[in-house]
Amino acid sequence: MALDTVAVATASPESTQPFAELGLKADEYARIKEILGRRPTSSELAMYSVMWSEHCSYKSSKVHLKQFGDKAVKTDALLVGIGENAGVVDVGQGYAVTFKIESHNHPSFVEPYQGAATGVGGIVRDILTMGARPIAVMDPLRFGPADAADTRRVLPGIIAGVGGYGNCLGLPNIGGEVVFDETYLGNPLVNALCIGVMKHSDIKLAKAAGAGNLVVLYGAKTGGDGIGGVSVLASETFESTGPAKRPAVQVGDPFVEKVLIECSLEIFAADLVVGIQDLGGAGLSCATSELASGGSGGMRVELDRVPLRDASLSPEEILMSESQERMCAIVEPKNIDKFLEICKKWDVTVTVIGEVTDGDRLEITWHGELIVDVPPRTVAHEGPVYNRPFAKPEYVDSVNAEVIDVALPSTAAEIKAAVLKLAGAPNLADKSWVTAQYDRYVQGNTIQSQPDDSGMVRIDEKTHLGVAVATDANANWSYLNPYEGAKLALAEAARNIATAGAKPLAVTNCLNFGSPEDPGVMWQFAESVRGLADGCLEMGLPVTGGNVSFYNQTGAVAILPTPVIGVLGVIDDVRTRTPMSFDKAGLELYLLGETENDIAGSEWAYLHGQRGGKSPIADLQREMRLIDLLVAGRTEKIFVAAHDLSQGGLSATLTEMVLRHNVGATITLENVGQALISETPGRVVVAVENAQALQELASKHSIVLTKIGVTGGDALKINDASISLTELYKAHTETFPKLFG
Amino acid sequence: MAKIVVDVMLKPEILDPQGSAVSAALPRLGFTFAKSVRQGKRFEIEVDGQPSPAQLAEVEKAAEKLLANPVIETFVVRVEN
Amino acid sequence: MKVGVVTFPGTLDDRDAARAVDAAGATSVALWHKEADLKGVDAVILPGGFSYGDYLRCGAISRFAPVMEKIIDAANGGMPVLGICNGFQVLCEAHLLPGALTRNHELHFLCHDQRLVIENTSTAWTSSFTKGQEVVIPLKNGEGSFQCDDPTLAMLESEGRIIARYVGENPNGSRNLIAGITNERGNVVGLMPHPEHAINPLTGPTADGLGFFTSVLKAMVK
Repeated sequence: MALDTVAVATASPESTQPFAELGLKADEYARIKEILGRRPTSSELAMYSVMWSEHCSYKSSKVHLKQFGDKAVKTDALLVGIGENAGVVDVGQGYAVTFKIESHNHPSFVEPYQGAATGVGGIVRDILTMGARPIAVMDPLRFGPADAADTRRVLPGIIAGVGGYGNCLGLPNIGGEVVFDETYLGNPLVNALCIGVMKHSDIKLAKAAGAGNLVVLYGAKTGGDGIGGVSVLASETFESTGPAKRPAVQVGDPFVEKVLIECSLEIFAADLVVGIQDLGGAGLSCATSELASGGSGGMRVELDRVPLRDASLSPEEILMSESQERMCAIVEPKNIDKFLEICKKWDVTVTVIGEVTDGDRLEITWHGELIVDVPPRTVAHEGPVYNRPFAKPEYVDSVNAEVIDVALPSTAAEIKAAVLKLAGAPNLADKSWVTAQYDRYVQGNTIQSQPDDSGMVRIDEKTHLGVAVATDANANWSYLNPYEGAKLALAEAARNIATAGAKPLAVTNCLNFGSPEDPGVMWQFAESVRGLADGCLEMGLPVTGGNVSFYNQTGAVAILPTPVIGVLGVIDDVRTRTPMSFDKAGLELYLLGETENDIAGSEWAYLHGQRGGKSPIADLQREMRLIDLLVAGRTEKIFVAAHDLSQGGLSATLTEMVLRHNVGATITLENVGQALISETPGRVVVAVENAQALQELASKHSIVLTKIGVTGGDALKINDASISLTELYKAHTETFPKLFG
Repeated sequence: MAKIVVDVMLKPEILDPQGSAVSAALPRLGFTFAKSVRQGKRFEIEVDGQPSPAQLAEVEKAAEKLLANPVIETFVVRVEN
Repeated sequence: MKVGVVTFPGTLDDRDAARAVDAAGATSVALWHKEADLKGVDAVILPGGFSYGDYLRCGAISRFAPVMEKIIDAANGGMPVLGICNGFQVLCEAHLLPGALTRNHELHFLCHDQRLVIENTSTAWTSSFTKGQEVVIPLKNGEGSFQCDDPTLAMLESEGRIIARYVGENPNGSRNLIAGITNERGNVVGLMPHPEHAINPLTGPTADGLGFFTSVLKAMVK
């Protein structure tokens, strides 16, 4: 089959092309022809089809995500905002921290280990490409029911993949989530977060500027990974073997990425790049069009110079390949020798594949013939923008009208049974089976990791400056009220930062939803984004970037809306952080915040098969006062320990606190059932020596304070109930080994 | 052109947890034929022409030095066509 | 006192080992795998990580690095050499230590705070401890099961060359709960757990690991 060049395309306007099989609509295909003034070549068609896909173009979400910019709070702390590979915030002392969360849901369902591994690999490269050294990862994960066969199929592989890739990169895993719910059966959610640190002057952007500068591809060789659907084009050029030979799954090699990281950081330190982009989804198509768009617009690439693992790949396949561990840098000619030298030191494959030009077209040739000639912005940034219809689905009002009818514990026996039941529930049980598969020590700067409220790493060994990160989502609340649900998740993540005494600074998000073609799902999405944007504005926290994952559904059933919110905070001295729990007797325990009847959407209700009711309404002013209180309390050394309340309510929080250092507590509660089970937001349990100081602090910040008990002993005593720590420990820790072996 | 194959296995007395895991998984999938399973490695080395005894001796040396760890592994070299 | 810390492609805990050396009062010197030059150091550490991605076998490719030739010579001449985790694997592959490290018996990567008992305090790297002292140091690996044949095991036991053992449940299937061993002379030590991650209770479970690094200072003073 002859090469489909620009000349051929110009001469054969009537050729039929498989645009529909590549996911393009008729009007989009027409628009491409209009942009180019002719039909696209098969390579151009491949580029547009992938770059205009939902995953790459955000076409269904753009109109809503705009709010993050429109409602953005003005802050000097934001050094790089939405639009780049990752957001960057100033954390003081000349340091900048970049962080982002991304999804790799569908690939992880297909191939759990590699899906999760390449998810980690991808987000780490996004952080690296900003000029930062990656310093930590986190993994919020969601699965179907814990005892479902498909969960047993995917969970071990996903955990092994996250650990296998992250550990080999030398990145400590400092936190994450493991949540089970019927809604994720068939649609596991694998969200991966990475944090990187650098000096302000190190920040790198994805732009190709300066005519004559070289386009350099380095890292792994290019193979047929992940080209999936594009094989439709390739099949026309294949003779003996069919597209079935082409893997749809990407396979990662963390060793290659580790070497890539070290090599890149040396290159950055020598100030050898003008712009840089990693190759993720849509591989070279994305990297070249984005780099060209970011600069003056002109670039010329000789595609046949790309080093290949598989010599039989067609140009379309090379452009689409999602082979991992590749980066594309723009390098001034005077620096190329040094660039090549550093790559040679690390044995990294490196090739000059093109140069930045004076014009405003992205031109790609194959053995001298022009196969791509496009305006790069039309590929990378000016894709279709959909205004998908959205409408509040009928279920919302009827579900909100449901009255929760679950028995709450009141007798000693009932209290004990409830505490043990919650302690062993898969969503609340001890997750050591998972977290022991992750290295949390490498790099020697981890201050907090699982099961603490937030992950915390030290970024300066002399001043002890540190950053903390937490991720949270509550699909139960988002289902009942997506607007409030997003706000509540934001508040929870920010509160998780504050319990250790760090100050929340910036936000990232991973929005996991069903099909945007379903107006009900689109409404959930629109409301969630609106809630998050409003919440961020009110709390003064900029959204630095994030990710949208649509189409998480099986048939017509979408997952519960699951916006995962990540908050980054800063702490001036990690040595003064407030730990999560106490290790001595005789401390007084207090509950900050008021408890109301928020059983709807709770873990207790879920365990009793009830998902209806109304979600709480976020009170962000109160949340902010609580955050200020927690940060002040740390500075004034008032807290011995602080742990926030979320799923599982006070019961879960107390369980986690007493088991952390094996020191019990004696607790007295009024209205004990509601007190233990309710999941009213905005509450924290603190342990103090000086109650007076705490009372003054609470009064100053107008936060309700209630004494609940004292620490000590070898049991968790709640009113008349007494649960030995041994029994509690057993219930809490045997769940995961029993389920997953 | 010929293909030389080097099969590497853990010595029988060395614990093979991967083999054990496979052996435990088979009956769960309905396969009951295995009394035991041990997992090893196979290297396929392409050479020009047919290898002489001297060349095969070289391969043996390479297997001893690099492809296998003689402390815990044994190996077999053969020519496949 | 200069202690070299080797970096192979894929080494991860080199900067952490260097930090521990500096915290102990010596000066760390970075050694690149491709350079057959020990830069006049008094001792060498092969740190943890996944050198060469654990391709072929852990440490199997690293052992042939140019820097290793020099290290083997120096070790045979009495220079203190400590191999941590992947470093231990390299030392075994290089035959500076007997036995081999294989896949954890439960197949998972395992990271946890491990109780150890120090049994031999006559080596260059353990003299800061007292015999029978219990310490807590992070263990984090997928291939930490120490294996060797019966005669080797008997020799290690009878010659007191097991420098540390796991306390409690066997975390990885190592024979006789072996966590670390030494050579005949006591200058080469291999240890599976990571003492460089236990030098400060702020970032690790304890500061028990520092003893490995202060020991070698004493060895060098002699």
